[in-house]
Amino acid sequence: MAKKKFSGIGTQEIAPRVSEFKRFRRVFLSRGLVVFGVVIILIFIIVAIFAPFLAPYDPYMPDLKARLSQPNSTHLLGTDSVGRDTLSRIIHGTRTSLMIGLIVVSVAAIIGMCLGLIAGYLGGWLYQIIMRSVDVVMTFPMILLALVIAAMLGEGIRNVIIALTVGLIPVYARLMCGQVLALKENEYILAEKTIGASNLRIMIGHLIPNALPTLIVVMTMMLGTTVLAEAGLSFLGIGIEPPTPAWGSMVNDGRQYLLTHPVLSFAPGFAIMLLVFAFNMVGDGLRDALDPRLRGLL
Amino acid sequence: MLAFIIRRIILAIIILILATMLVFFGMRFLPGDPILMVVTANQQQEFNEEYLLELRHQHGLDKPMIVQYFNWAGDILQGDFGTSILTERPVAEEIFRRLPISVHVAGLAFVIGHLLGIPAGVICAIRRGKWLDTVITTLANIGITVPNFWLGIILMYIFGLSLKWLPIMGYTSPFDDFWLSTKQLVMPVICLIIFPLAGVTRQARSSMLDVLHQDYIRTAWSKGLRERVIVIKHALKNGLIPIVTLAGMAVATIIGGGVIIETVFNIPGLGRLAVSSVISQDYPYVQAISLFVAVAVVFANLIVDIAYGWIDPRIRYE
Repeated sequence: MAKKKFSGIGTQEIAPRVSEFKRFRRVFLSRGLVVFGVVIILIFIIVAIFAPFLAPYDPYMPDLKARLSQPNSTHLLGTDSVGRDTLSRIIHGTRTSLMIGLIVVSVAAIIGMCLGLIAGYLGGWLYQIIMRSVDVVMTFPMILLALVIAAMLGEGIRNVIIALTVGLIPVYARLMCGQVLALKENEYILAEKTIGASNLRIMIGHLIPNALPTLIVVMTMMLGTTVLAEAGLSFLGIGIEPPTPAWGSMVNDGRQYLLTHPVLSFAPGFAIMLLVFAFNMVGDGLRDALDPRLRGLL
Repeated sequence: MLAFIIRRIILAIIILILATMLVFFGMRFLPGDPILMVVTANQQQEFNEEYLLELRHQHGLDKPMIVQYFNWAGDILQGDFGTSILTERPVAEEIFRRLPISVHVAGLAFVIGHLLGIPAGVICAIRRGKWLDTVITTLANIGITVPNFWLGIILMYIFGLSLKWLPIMGYTSPFDDFWLSTKQLVMPVICLIIFPLAGVTRQARSSMLDVLHQDYIRTAWSKGLRERVIVIKHALKNGLIPIVTLAGMAVATIIGGGVIIETVFNIPGLGRLAVSSVISQDYPYVQAISLFVAVAVVFANLIVDIAYGWIDPRIRYE
């Protein structure tokens, strides 16, 4: 669409239009910790994609001759009780954590967004049903909810994903509903209605795009929360089945050898912390760049 | 104010009733047959259909769901939470034996977390950008990322195994041996508060920063009031509003953390019982614990809502 050129008094003094993307980039990358977070996440993504090439050993291959070896030049982080290389298992565990985090957060965000949109925009009894259900699910701490669901469905990555998604949907539904309730009071929504726009058009064309920055910020932060929750479940022995490398269960396995081989527990836990820290920092940066009003709320 | 409180109480009761339904029907629609687990657990009995039916009848599992729900809800109102499928002992007995332990640990964590977090956040806000602010903010950022079970293991390694200052696990009632009880609780409480403490500190800092930029604070400065008066009398009350909301969430966070931390430190509370009964699919326990958690969280949120209405009069007239 061609921009109409203004010609009138004082137009020369109007500051040049700042590119939205440039502004975003400037604010986003202005803090060192945010840049650090971006770099860490990129490294983790690369590690996850190229895990088989980067890992020095097969993460599943036991080597009974090299059981519980201390960190040395062949096994940089030592080996576990059946002689599997700790570093290789951490590298492969990156895949588990990132994959579960991404799937859970995206699915929960999409479902939660739809529920919140319907509740907030259409209101009435739909609002009551959806938001009361959200209240009810939120009375249970996420880890407890996921624990019960995962235990009943049985072990396995798919069930962990379902359990965590159910726990996370209410967060997005509540957030989206709040956003929509505020947005729909705007005059441009009234204007759209006046020209006969359908509800669907208003929802897809206006409400979702306007709520999206906030949702993206929360999604990033929830990636950290999800990684932590998944690690917690695996730690309790209810998440991923044993041979699959998962950071949480590695921390738990290492507990028995804490006195002699602390690295078995320390190393995977540090990986969890680093990844969660990176997600939180990037979330902070995105918040400042996309939706500074959220400062203090998130 | 009274109308506001009554409205909130009614809402809380509705949520609680819905929560009981979620717990009850949720447990039944999920796959996994608890009766089969009992049978395979104690194999001395002959494994036949008739016996299974008999067992189902004994536990009331052959009636329609709705009937089962109302029976269950009616029993609970009379303090009967059913009997454990595995141990065949009354659930209420075990729960009430363990409840004080969890309340002790979680209560300490809640109180200490807020006693430390609020002043820390306020100090950061007043001394924004100074070294103390940088140190506390960095610690708080790390605090919300550290996995609590991992922190527990690190503390165990340092203070329990290497330095031998603290016992690595267990729980003693403070009435039996106060000193031992306190020593045993140091590490679990640190693990439990780390997340809410970091959250409260961050929240207190940012909401105080918001308030300190308001016009009426500038007015207070220009009147020549002392800093302490401005911070405590003028800024803190408004700055506390968001923290009060967070307090409700902190209750849920600490309970959730308790599930893991009680397992790590071998504390015989409700959290550990939740994990072990979830694994053994002893669902009368799982139901009862979920219910207690729901009551605790709903009650905490009710208090938060009322406190919120009391601090911020605008809320009452929503």
